[in-house]
Amino acid sequence: MSKIKNAFNDKKAVLGFLTAGDPSLSKTEEYIAEMEKAGAALIEIGIPFSDPIAEGQMIQEANVRALSAKGGCTTDMVFDMVANVSKTSSVPLVFVVYLNTLFKYGYEKFCKRCSECGIDGIIVQDMPYEEKGELKPIADKYGVDIISIIVPSIEERIRKIAKEATGYIYLLAPDSKLKYSDDVITDVDKIAEIIREVTDTPIVVAVSNMTSYSSARYRTAADGIIVGNGTVQIIGEHGENAHQYVYDHVKLIVDAMR
Amino acid sequence: MSKGRFGVHGGQYVPEILMNEIEKLEKAYEFYKNDKEFNDELARLSSEYAGRPSLLYYAEKMTKDLGGAKIYFKREDLNHTGSHKINNVLGQALLAKRMGKTRLIAETGAGQHGVATATVAALLGLKCEIFMGKEDTERQALNVYRMELLGAKVHPVESGTMTLKDAVNECMGEWAKSAEDTFYVLGSVMGPHPFPTIVRDFQSVISREARQQILEKEGRLPSVVMACVGGGSNAIGAFYEFIKDDGVKLIGCEAAGLGADTDKTAATMATGSLGVFHGMKSYFCQDEYGQIAPVYSISAGLDYPGVGPEHAYLKDEGRAEYVPVTDEEAVTAFEYIAKTEGIIAAIESSHAVAHLMKIAPKMNKDDIIICCLSGRGDKDVAAIARYRGVNLYE
Repeated sequence: MSKIKNAFNDKKAVLGFLTAGDPSLSKTEEYIAEMEKAGAALIEIGIPFSDPIAEGQMIQEANVRALSAKGGCTTDMVFDMVANVSKTSSVPLVFVVYLNTLFKYGYEKFCKRCSECGIDGIIVQDMPYEEKGELKPIADKYGVDIISIIVPSIEERIRKIAKEATGYIYLLAPDSKLKYSDDVITDVDKIAEIIREVTDTPIVVAVSNMTSYSSARYRTAADGIIVGNGTVQIIGEHGENAHQYVYDHVKLIVDAMR
Repeated sequence: MSKGRFGVHGGQYVPEILMNEIEKLEKAYEFYKNDKEFNDELARLSSEYAGRPSLLYYAEKMTKDLGGAKIYFKREDLNHTGSHKINNVLGQALLAKRMGKTRLIAETGAGQHGVATATVAALLGLKCEIFMGKEDTERQALNVYRMELLGAKVHPVESGTMTLKDAVNECMGEWAKSAEDTFYVLGSVMGPHPFPTIVRDFQSVISREARQQILEKEGRLPSVVMACVGGGSNAIGAFYEFIKDDGVKLIGCEAAGLGADTDKTAATMATGSLGVFHGMKSYFCQDEYGQIAPVYSISAGLDYPGVGPEHAYLKDEGRAEYVPVTDEEAVTAFEYIAKTEGIIAAIESSHAVAHLMKIAPKMNKDDIIICCLSGRGDKDVAAIARYRGVNLYE
């Protein structure tokens, strides 16, 4: 059991997200501190990948900025940065990655370094339920949670994933711009209900563009929400001088979730 | 081990948002692949619309000129739309219709798969949108116009390296956004299960015919079956029915660009390593941290940093051999087959012809080579002219 559960102690959690190395690793470190100061209960850190197929344009661009930054942004450099953050930070830290990053690094070596550097969980964007078997036992060994992603889907699938979920459940809220198949459940409350029937694992809702207004909307269904794109957009706009903006944005949503 | 495996390769490494559609696709395919009505309709369109069976042509002049093995070409270039791509598109589009989908999306590199998809969409009354790297829309401008003429909308993809890899990224994203009415017609034996199997099954008609045709013409099996490999759909189609024939050597020819020892290459088998990308475990051109490498080839259709999982498996097993062929060798072969046999072959297929020119002279006269001519080269004429310094624009 990782320290992720601490993020959900008797209050609604607000989770921060940013892409490591955008605009630089030292800034990432500072922005993580800003988020924590503003009340973020857990920080998700994206390791930049050349082809982030699950992301929208905003995060794709952040990945490009990170990878093309001076000095680059390798997995080892991200680990070093996180090790530094862990010295002062008290909130749980979770990686958001594409499987190839782990695969090339080596599952064993990656999970071991996670536990050494203070990473409590991993969200693998392109590793669905069916494929987690090759990583899960290794992550378990090092006390790192594999966070399950649930999206609007059929009931049977939601239940199957929820049953084995650890850490928290990353629930991607339906997007009004998407045309879902008609067999899919798109009501967040209903999805949360199905999940709660089979697990106590906390549910954290992610929407493509979280605002203080939309965050309040999910207060009842979820145990927390993720400040997704907003921070990434702010960092994209303000580059090396985004501290106050990052703080304000997270604070606004933390207050809305009170 | 999960579904859709070829040894360690394959699998379903996709974002969760695609899984529901992928499972439905798998179920639909498992049902329809044994459905008589479905297969009858596919057979009828394959013969009456696409022009199957394709010819197995004895290249007498090349055989004499190269002075070794007897050379046959499997003429997929003579199919309607000018390549093997239509074999797969007809199958997938019929499947899409039966699944109640009204819109097809597809990635394309050289434009051959895009043209085939646009064509079949027109035939079956389906909407069609094609994603093509911006660089490819420029080097294959004629095919862009061709797709538009067929009623498709072409989206130039401006992310990443602006080539085939990025077009696949974009298609996966678009599929996730529009599952309600949209079917993703994946063009090669790659991506998540069940695509590598579906595409292989629809393309295996190439070797089913070729095997029968060579037995009729020569009364024996060939010594070598060869084809170019990008994702690997024409190659797996040409290999498939021969895999069980141990005496038949299978050779895949991949695009080495300026050379497999340079960084301007797309030779995945020669330079890549095991990884997970685009839904599959297979070999990829990548750096030590798993970042997918920018690749290069003169051929937009082979300009891809990965290879289909079944090819990766055939390589691991030693059942097939994969060799790199450079731009220069491919262009020379493009010119040679035009002058010798009067066939303008696609620059993709010319990669296989180039390797054939290397091995045929060293083989015996009673050896037979079957080389798959995956497509015709009309689309490449302007680009080859420019490569040779002729200032020709379409």
